[in-house]
Amino acid sequence: MIDALILTILMTSVPLILAATGELVVERSGVLNLGLEGMMLMGAVSAFALTYTSGSLLVGLLAGVISGCLTAAIFGFFVLGLATNQVATGLALTIFGTGLSGLIGSDFVGKAVTGLPILFPESFSNIPFIGVFFALDIIAYLSVLIVFIVWIFLFKTKYGLILRASGISHTSSHSLGYKVLTVRWCAVLFGGMMAGLAGAYLPLMLTPHWSEGMTSGRGWIALALVVFASWMPSRIIYGAVLFGAITIMQLAGQARGWTIPPQFLSSLPYIATIFVLVLISSRGSAKYLAPSDLTRPFIASK
Amino acid sequence: MKNNRFIVLAGLLAIVAVVYYFATNVDQVDEEDAKMKVAFVYLTNPGDHGWTYAHEVGRLQVQEHFGDKVETSYVENVPEGPDATRVIRELAQNGNDMIFTTSFGYMEPTLKVAKEFPNIKFDHITGYMRAENMATGNIRFYEGRYVQGVVAGLTTKSNKIGYVAAFPIPEVIQGINSFAQGLKSVNKDATISVVWANTWYDPVKEGDAAKVLIAEGADVLAQHTDSPSMLQTAEKAGVHGFGQSSDMHEFAPSAQLFASVNNWGPYYIAQIEKAMDGSWTTGEGPDHWAGNTWKGLSDDFLVLSDFKNMPSSVAKAAQDARDGIADGSINIFSGPMMDNEGNQILASGEVLDDAGLWAMNYYVDGVIGKIPN
Repeated sequence: MIDALILTILMTSVPLILAATGELVVERSGVLNLGLEGMMLMGAVSAFALTYTSGSLLVGLLAGVISGCLTAAIFGFFVLGLATNQVATGLALTIFGTGLSGLIGSDFVGKAVTGLPILFPESFSNIPFIGVFFALDIIAYLSVLIVFIVWIFLFKTKYGLILRASGISHTSSHSLGYKVLTVRWCAVLFGGMMAGLAGAYLPLMLTPHWSEGMTSGRGWIALALVVFASWMPSRIIYGAVLFGAITIMQLAGQARGWTIPPQFLSSLPYIATIFVLVLISSRGSAKYLAPSDLTRPFIASK
Repeated sequence: MKNNRFIVLAGLLAIVAVVYYFATNVDQVDEEDAKMKVAFVYLTNPGDHGWTYAHEVGRLQVQEHFGDKVETSYVENVPEGPDATRVIRELAQNGNDMIFTTSFGYMEPTLKVAKEFPNIKFDHITGYMRAENMATGNIRFYEGRYVQGVVAGLTTKSNKIGYVAAFPIPEVIQGINSFAQGLKSVNKDATISVVWANTWYDPVKEGDAAKVLIAEGADVLAQHTDSPSMLQTAEKAGVHGFGQSSDMHEFAPSAQLFASVNNWGPYYIAQIEKAMDGSWTTGEGPDHWAGNTWKGLSDDFLVLSDFKNMPSSVAKAAQDARDGIADGSINIFSGPMMDNEGNQILASGEVLDDAGLWAMNYYVDGVIGKIPN
């Protein structure tokens, strides 16, 4: 019983980890993309449509990643190419992605696909205590690996340093000769790919069908998660599992007849995020604060 | 920079134009006075399953029944609230004679527009507010839940039933209690655990709720939310469940026992016929939630899909329960009836009237837990 609950928590966390890791890289480069929800939905609908028509999960996953990336490119065109306001453009992207995914997906409502298989043989999941960690699909393991790679990239490589520099001070980075816009373009596209993959996970694994607006706010939770993680990759995993656990425990609590109001538990991820924000700003440690050039458009001629 | 702004502005305008085109893509028809024009307002895309789909099936039945005499159209994806007022008003201005608004949240917008257009007939689904030219229609959804309870009671081995519910409003509580009455009629040991998803529609959360209930030992699941993900989860876990609003057996061929299917066609056809021959009224009687048309199994407003994945003895018990409700020999809420805290609701021989149904704020015996505030 407990195993099944833990497994549900882990699976709920996977799309959060993927989307938040992508957004973390984007924000570290100095761009805030509030369009996560829109990109996830585009990834979800493309992944489902292509899996359904081609019969191949791999094609579907790739379609999800690519369409997330293309949706992010629209965002990049506006905020990097035309230096528009990032908050407004990101919100517009969410609205755009929600609408367009609904339009594309209208022919696929009511269809079902077979979800992703479990990676390890079933006998592995019967191992006491740790068996549950062998009962996941490949994307779940991949998500943890991606977090690790992103951490290595950001903090152990030269390119990671350049990316972080363009988020902290794009003028300094520019005057040192780094191409701030190129860096940000790469980050935005990577963020889109991650969001697309996160979106693809919903109709291919969590609920094997497509329905309009099926992310139901998970993009916003992922955005809160980046802040909760104070822009540190490893904390995204803890945060996602914590947010996932809160979601699942409020359901499990009800099934067991606990009397905590479920509405209160549903709001806990946001309360936790605000709490972390208060904590990091009161400590005043620059290490855990937002990149200082976040949301500031970069125009080379200025 | 000015040029850039111009490009952005032009781009945004283009997007707005496209969105507006799709958002208001009502079938345009030539003015023809002989035809009666009927419009429907939908909460979501009709798709292939669920609440709005059931209304779309009803609209198609109307079109088939009346043929050339009636012209129907619909607007989909209309959010509840101020947007709904705008859409309903536009439909009224476009020369529709009758407008059906098919979600509870359209109640006040419908009332507002109804007062502005006294010559147009409005029909609101599942609400309780009425006007001279605004009627209400509803289905006794809870009747199907009783039959579900009977089937669940005869199917469960763990004696634990999981129930994924949307919001603690009377309609949903009626459903849970009715299910419990059916369950207890065949199985005194089974109990119902309710999980409130606090949403009508969040496929992932509904699936999570189902997983949690299965983890807690439930082997038959019921739902009062709109997506098929609970059934998909049941299918994957090898347990059983019931479909919602429309037949969902394609999502769960070996898990769905049956679905209570909302059959709006007869209501729509009857209302339009009345409007044609001049007998359409907004009814009288007690002004409680039930509205002025509230019918169920006996009038085929609610139909049950084929009984599947159960032995023939269970299917027969289900059919008997259905027929019993339809012919009135089974009264779902009749005494003695206790709530789940041991208070007596109905004494022996008493039955609950419609007002009592809409005032339900308790779980009957057999349901675990408390209704959240």
